[in-house]
Amino acid sequence: MSARRLGTGGRIDRSRSVSFTFDGRSYRGFAGDTLASALIANGVTLLGRSFKYHRPRGVVTAGSEEPCALVTLRSGGRREPNVPATMVEIHDGLEAESQNRWPSLSLDAMAVNDWFKPILAAGFYYKTFMGPTRRAWMWFEPFIRRAAGLGAATREPDPDRYETVHMFADVLVVGAGPAGLAAALAAARAGARTVLVDEGAEPGGSLLNAPAGADSDGWLEAALAELNGLDTVRILTRTTAYGAYDHGVFGLVERVGDHLPAPEGAMPRQRHILLRAGASVIAAGAAERPIPFGNNDRPGVMLASAARAYVNRYGALPGERIVVFANNDGAYPAALDLARAGARVTVVEARKEIPPALISTCCEAGADIFVGHAVTATRGRKRVEGAVIAPFNTITGETAAGWRDIPCDVVCVSGGWTPVVHLASQRGVRPVYDEALAAFVPGGAAIDGQHHAGACRGTFSTRGAAREGFAAGLEAAKAAGHGKPAGELAHIDVLPDDGWETPIVPVWTVPPAPGTREAKRFVDLQNDVSLSDIELAHREGYVSVEHLKRYTTLGMATDQGKMANVNALAVMAALRDLPIGDVGTTTFRPPYTPVAIGALAGPEAGEHFKPVRRTPMDAVHRREGAAMTDAGLWKRAWYYPQAGEDVNAAYIREMMAVRSAAGMVDVSTLGKIDVQGPDAAEFLNRVYVNGWSKLAVGKARYGVMLREDGFVLDDGTTWRISEHHYFMTTTTAEAARVMAHLEYLLQVAWPDLKVHVTSVSDQWAAVAVAGPKSRTILADALSGLDLSNEALPHMGVGFGTLDGIPVRVARLSFSGELAYEVYCPAGFGEAMWQALKAAGAPHGLIAYGTEALGGLRVEKGHVAGSEIDGRTTLSDLGLERMASTKKPFLGQVLAGREALTDGGRPRLAGFVPVDGTARIRPGSILQPHGGPHEGHGLGHISSTTYSPELGHYVALGLVAGGMEAEGQVVDACYPVKGEVVPVRITSPHFVDPEGERLRG
Amino acid sequence: MRIDCPCCGPRDHDEFAYGGDASRTMPDIADTGMERWFDHVFLRDNPRGPHKEFWHHAHGCRQWLVVERDTVTHEIARVALARGEVSR
Repeated sequence: MSARRLGTGGRIDRSRSVSFTFDGRSYRGFAGDTLASALIANGVTLLGRSFKYHRPRGVVTAGSEEPCALVTLRSGGRREPNVPATMVEIHDGLEAESQNRWPSLSLDAMAVNDWFKPILAAGFYYKTFMGPTRRAWMWFEPFIRRAAGLGAATREPDPDRYETVHMFADVLVVGAGPAGLAAALAAARAGARTVLVDEGAEPGGSLLNAPAGADSDGWLEAALAELNGLDTVRILTRTTAYGAYDHGVFGLVERVGDHLPAPEGAMPRQRHILLRAGASVIAAGAAERPIPFGNNDRPGVMLASAARAYVNRYGALPGERIVVFANNDGAYPAALDLARAGARVTVVEARKEIPPALISTCCEAGADIFVGHAVTATRGRKRVEGAVIAPFNTITGETAAGWRDIPCDVVCVSGGWTPVVHLASQRGVRPVYDEALAAFVPGGAAIDGQHHAGACRGTFSTRGAAREGFAAGLEAAKAAGHGKPAGELAHIDVLPDDGWETPIVPVWTVPPAPGTREAKRFVDLQNDVSLSDIELAHREGYVSVEHLKRYTTLGMATDQGKMANVNALAVMAALRDLPIGDVGTTTFRPPYTPVAIGALAGPEAGEHFKPVRRTPMDAVHRREGAAMTDAGLWKRAWYYPQAGEDVNAAYIREMMAVRSAAGMVDVSTLGKIDVQGPDAAEFLNRVYVNGWSKLAVGKARYGVMLREDGFVLDDGTTWRISEHHYFMTTTTAEAARVMAHLEYLLQVAWPDLKVHVTSVSDQWAAVAVAGPKSRTILADALSGLDLSNEALPHMGVGFGTLDGIPVRVARLSFSGELAYEVYCPAGFGEAMWQALKAAGAPHGLIAYGTEALGGLRVEKGHVAGSEIDGRTTLSDLGLERMASTKKPFLGQVLAGREALTDGGRPRLAGFVPVDGTARIRPGSILQPHGGPHEGHGLGHISSTTYSPELGHYVALGLVAGGMEAEGQVVDACYPVKGEVVPVRITSPHFVDPEGERLRG
Repeated sequence: MRIDCPCCGPRDHDEFAYGGDASRTMPDIADTGMERWFDHVFLRDNPRGPHKEFWHHAHGCRQWLVVERDTVTHEIARVALARGEVSR
């Protein structure tokens, strides 16, 4: 093949040879090559197969906007699909594979899709895979899913590390081309802390596409030397600014280790940087765009500027016989550099008139030129073999008779330049169409602190871009509060003044030459969307750009239509007979280029996904062999298995031990809120449904609080420590929500109440000691506290010491047994646990976990989180008698809404299996016994446990009628396991319903 | 997004919890009017433009703030302690 390495030239390091493989074959390149440039240098021009039609595709660009040459890199857990070959820096041992082809790239079975093109048009799925039922689509879906997509992701865990960094700068400069470098110089000289980022491996941007040794290289070197010499400047290469967010926040991804065989040592593979900038300069440049003509997707069709980059930057010549098709002056440096590198070049200029000087320059370089002509189609399938050109009228957009065939192996296209407006547009300001440039430019002068400069605002001259960048850098620095004198930008006369002399004439598409066959004209190369798809969308009424995009999928691929969108809009505008500016663009959203999810997750993955909260006794539980479970962010002891026990055996033994002797359980995770102030009782009265004015010092009370909308928010016990001092406990799950709720009420709703609330959840360790022996055990363990029934009755509060540790004790019971909660300052938690354990050992005290804790309270009929799930009211839970009639409380009014007082609502009841042995599952839907089993039924089972005391399963749940339906049988249906268990409705209090054990 | 907390200075939005529309005033606790409570809890305007809303500095000073933010541009015009804003 005729693509080859040039003997001299390029910015690669010819002294460092690199070996890599592509599709299993070995090739050599040089340090500084991209995978694309190295493959071109090796004569490889077929790199992939297109998404839908599996057409052969090659390299189109030399940058991140690459639509076709997507490869999969690496293997195993480090495998990365859909990587543009144009952005891959080769290194020894690099393994790259082409995608979306089977069995091979050159012989792809799915290429048959190409024959079905007329049927596979836009909206194909939507129109075709219909059937009388949903099942029709579901039958097709697996085939379509397998055929869809380009590369395949790995299913193995990612072995690499990722970092998240928070960075701050006075001025962020995006893009290190001439405009960006100048902006960074200006900002830095003005005194601003400056961060300059570029997605490339080295700074320089478009300057790197000039021949090595060009005069502009001197300017580049000097600029970098000055910037690198300042410690207020940070240059980040291989870094993409992918998103611009509110208030000057930018998202960046730095590819730290992707260009190496593997990250070295502790190096992260990628770094996610959240940068807060006082102001920014966006110098993101512009991307050349192609012109759609027949079969414009063949390997060998590429952007003119890309071909120039391959020659000048990488020393690789894409072909021997090159046609350059253009409608603007910007393509000529490419044509000339290609000719000077030894290719036979034919320029096909669409415009009718161009300066004679341009024509003679072409001739001097040995290039032919056809003026007023267009390329209408290419010849060749796996690679371009020729171009068909015909006379072309830019005003009518029509071709005239007299086509001719030019044998060639590369067709370079330049349809104009599209400024990279993404970061500006992400801020919600739509870009504006500039007729003279035939381009969309950023919508305002300075958007959200962003100052634009250079090609990204339509200034295509290198020298002009530098000048603009310098000015923008000063403005940005000033906006960030820095205005030291910055001098002048020196030596910019060595930068070419290569703006357009003759205006561009837009050519949005080229029809077939008269007498030739129509061929597909691709607009979005990656998603295989062609001109006919856009016309189809228009015919079917999908004329708005947002509909056009979604109906055809144009612009929805990994390249987000960077080279396709403007052409598509222009075509739609012509179809609708509207100016392009009126048709507008779709909404721009981050990320600018794909971002790995691993980079966004940073270190917060795996066991670091959420913070872990441990109780003060966590280490003890683990030492005692507890199996741990998650309760929100908390780790709690689930059960303490003895030899050979599984969870069921363990929790049943623990429950039996508590009811027959005693048990101790870590309840430190409960929310604890200190409430103090002269209005504390009034506050509690308003927040809880029941009354607090008469609660004596040294007593505790069970309380329920409602949300504003009348549903139950949480329950807990609140103790009165002294006249104006209360100690509130909440459930573990609702602790944070209740705290925020109380703060809201005190700060916003009732700021006149003199009350302070303080979260003390982490300040107290707490153990519940429950069972008939609990009093005896605590009497042995504690001193300074009379534990007799008279001195410390049920719901009493007392203070004492436990092995020298100050403790507060409340006689409360969750299990229904005689029980106490013992609280000590968190630092003493482990010591308290050990002291209680020692005191309890002679009495048979065991440790129990959350499984037994739950089982005991279900036996008792105590509601908890499964019942207080945000959908239940006080009366649903059978607690309506708690509501005070003497004082108002939050939620009272809306709890009285019709739907919430409807007698048919499911209400709390107990359930036992009719056959006395079946297992009842939480979440079962309750349905009429024997049927019909449909819809939401009569209610659901909320909590279950095996009851050792009764010898069978018992459950709590909500059922229509509640306790009024006592004795009736309903079916507990668990469709997930296909179980139907008849259950009888009973009282929810299975054990000690009279509460005798509590009060003993 | 950044919010300039009166106590703590400019902080990142992920230190705060959104608290909804701040133009509503809770009825008096003794007010038994169903309509007034219903309006307070459920009815909201959805303005395109300046909006007064609550943010709770949950990972900072724990103060409830009233923030005037433009729902289109996200520009924040004003931040104040809620305590100082509510008159009773």
